[in-house]
Amino acid sequence: MRSERPPLVLAALAGVGAAFFILPLAGLLYRAPWQTALAELTTPEALTALRLSFVVSLAATGLALLLGVPLAWIYARVRFRGRDVVRALTTLPMILPPVVGGVALLFAFGRRGLFGQALDAIGIRLPFTTFGAILAATFVAMPFLVLTVEAGLRSMDRRYEDAARTLGADRWTVFRRVTLPLIAPSVFAGAVLCWARALGEFGATITFAGNLPGTTQTLPLAVYIALETRPEVAIMLSLVLLAISLAILVAMRDRYLRAF
Amino acid sequence: MRGILALGLVLAACAAPSRTEPQVEDVTVFAASSLTDAFARAGDDFTKTNTRVRLLFDFGSSSTLATQITNGAPADLFASADGANMQKVVDAGLAKSPQTFASNQLQIAVAPGNPKRIAGLADLARPDVVLVLAAPTVPAGRYALEALGKAGVTARPVSQEVDVRAVLNKVSLGEADAGIVYVTDVRSAGARVAGVAIPEQHQVVARYPIAVVKDAKDPELARRFIDYLVSPEGQKILADFGFSKP
Repeated sequence: MRSERPPLVLAALAGVGAAFFILPLAGLLYRAPWQTALAELTTPEALTALRLSFVVSLAATGLALLLGVPLAWIYARVRFRGRDVVRALTTLPMILPPVVGGVALLFAFGRRGLFGQALDAIGIRLPFTTFGAILAATFVAMPFLVLTVEAGLRSMDRRYEDAARTLGADRWTVFRRVTLPLIAPSVFAGAVLCWARALGEFGATITFAGNLPGTTQTLPLAVYIALETRPEVAIMLSLVLLAISLAILVAMRDRYLRAF
Repeated sequence: MRGILALGLVLAACAAPSRTEPQVEDVTVFAASSLTDAFARAGDDFTKTNTRVRLLFDFGSSSTLATQITNGAPADLFASADGANMQKVVDAGLAKSPQTFASNQLQIAVAPGNPKRIAGLADLARPDVVLVLAAPTVPAGRYALEALGKAGVTARPVSQEVDVRAVLNKVSLGEADAGIVYVTDVRSAGARVAGVAIPEQHQVVARYPIAVVKDAKDPELARRFIDYLVSPEGQKILADFGFSKP
């Protein structure tokens, strides 16, 4: 890239634009209790939330991989009627307010929900459980994985698959032995994005799964609750989330996330 | 092009309020979520006689609101569901001499018809009862723990909701079997929930203070809403919603 001198107007507006994002972070850093940082992060409430958040976000990523990679494959390879509509519906949570997602989950899988009643009858309850929190996180985070993997599938060189097929491999073997290894970078990038989004999930979780330390109170919920009584804990937990997000963006920027 | 034009019109409208219409002043009221319905009605009644005032309500847990105010949120009035959160704002030098304008009591909210046959606080500890409380950081949650403590009941809620209205919603949606809320919440939910009384000896009285926030745009005008709330008309509306005398 050739470096250029920007027009004054562009430079000024860009400066304001950058400050808009950097100032809030500076505010957090300014208020952070550096002297007691470690003590705040190792309070039982912080540790509980940290542990739960990692369990929930990793489980959500696992679930998204299991269901999202096949979905991406179908979107990239199968032409069927209504594909665009289905794809739009399944990626809707990317722009849907998460609280709306939580309400929708409640009306589907809640105790009085469309499918929740049947689940309840066989003794499965999702709201107020860790699995409910995992579902909420998967709901908002999986679309990031699906779209990233779909893009990978569309841009890959399909001649390798054709070659494998002419050599007698069946469709499942081709997918497993040829396609998956070829799109591994996209799958990895999608999984990391999905994990980061799951880690930050708030609205759908608090609406659908509730808020109980150790069961459904993930990091963002703990930040929200602690802000009123233990702002130091809230700030330190926020910084943890911030550091993780920043690390992901910086590490993946050049290698995988050219589009972002 | 039309978009730009529309944007320009909006900006112009923001910049220069028309002079011909009488000036309407906004008074922003930060109020405990349990006051949602009562304040909406009281506000309507108040603005009937104070036509040049527009009340803007921001309802939330008293603790959230107190945190927002101490961090510079532009509230003109703060109505808290407890003394502690009002004190936080007073201690920060942002409000003076709060005035108690109402009180409230607790009740157990259950599904209509009380299918789980919950008779009192002791039943909330039953393993087959899905109980939801407000978080211990918000007044309703603290009061609930106080009442359970008085009754010697150790309850295990499945969720600590961010404010008392969230507790009510979980019960009215049928996700929870029971929740401890204010008497006024049960009343405002109408047929969607039923209330189970808590006996006097376990009861907790919540007192609601209100104060003008320092740096209010028009403290005189804000003050007028407080005067209205403690007037016979204001008290009647609060009583209609189940609040008790201060």
